[in-house]
Amino acid sequence: MAFSKLRYRHGLRDGFPIGLAYLSVSFGFGISAAAKGIGILPSVIISAVNLTSAGQLAGVDIIAAGGTLIEMMICQFVINLRYCLMGLTLTQKLDETFTTPRRMLCSFFITDEIFAVASSKNGLISDRYICGLGTLPWVGWTLGTLLGAAAGSVLPASVSAALGIAIYGMFIGIIVPAAKKSMGILFAVLVSAALSCILKYVPLFSFISSGFAVIICAVPAAAAAALIFPVKEADENDG
Amino acid sequence: MTVELLLYIAAMAIVTYLIRMIPLTAFRKKLKNRFLLSFFRYVPYTVLAAMTIPWILYSTDSFITAAVGCAVALILSFFERSLTLVALCSCAAAYICSLILSLC
Repeated sequence: MAFSKLRYRHGLRDGFPIGLAYLSVSFGFGISAAAKGIGILPSVIISAVNLTSAGQLAGVDIIAAGGTLIEMMICQFVINLRYCLMGLTLTQKLDETFTTPRRMLCSFFITDEIFAVASSKNGLISDRYICGLGTLPWVGWTLGTLLGAAAGSVLPASVSAALGIAIYGMFIGIIVPAAKKSMGILFAVLVSAALSCILKYVPLFSFISSGFAVIICAVPAAAAAALIFPVKEADENDG
Repeated sequence: MTVELLLYIAAMAIVTYLIRMIPLTAFRKKLKNRFLLSFFRYVPYTVLAAMTIPWILYSTDSFITAAVGCAVALILSFFERSLTLVALCSCAAAYICSLILSLC
């Protein structure tokens, strides 16, 4: 039982590339929200209080189409259900500083990327670390939306296209070093990637939303890896 | 900003927050089960893999620039460079590749 040595500034440092990537992704969200007739201020508020990409894009579509509030809530629930799995996974990484209010605060920062960095950290993590980790991504996400909504077309198309790969580059930067060191992770990653390709390229599965697709790939792949490559006790806090 | 728009935003934000907050706050046990421990250890990586592949190849405006950016990310990450460097270099590689393609 332990306390994590990770401080707020460690989180800030680890969150920097996420913030940078979010700045470019949310720039795109800002442009698209403005194009759908959502004003600058509402677009920025949407980003500031939601901090999620797929859910916001779908949400803006529902607003633009004049959908019902129930439709909005069901849609957000389905697309963002993966955060539930991520939250459960993160509970196993929290150190003893996490009281209920701190858990409630830190949970706001659960996104795919923040989760990935936090959960692949060695050992336990502290509440200060998660808050630090979430700060720059939140700033980047909100600021990018403002810039995109206010001045969508200032960036040359070639630059904004190239920025689109930033977030995926970061994902690879997390996956590859871990897969190098662990057969189990390598196996899990390959199975999940294969399932993802099947869902993408087999027309039969084209009705599955991207939020759900992640769950359909990630859960069986992790379960298969857990059966074939169970971690040893000593590895628990190792990755 | 209309009341209707605020209601939409509130509905979005509340649902999204509750999905994040409830599991993290309600689940307090440290797992002992070896299968579940292993499962939770592998989940972060399977989630990332499912989000990256094959989507990285569609993340720029051309399959070729995306493939080049992806290759650069794979090489740098194999040598365990920082996340910021990997992300920036894969953008730069995709951008340079698009400039070269536009000259052809």
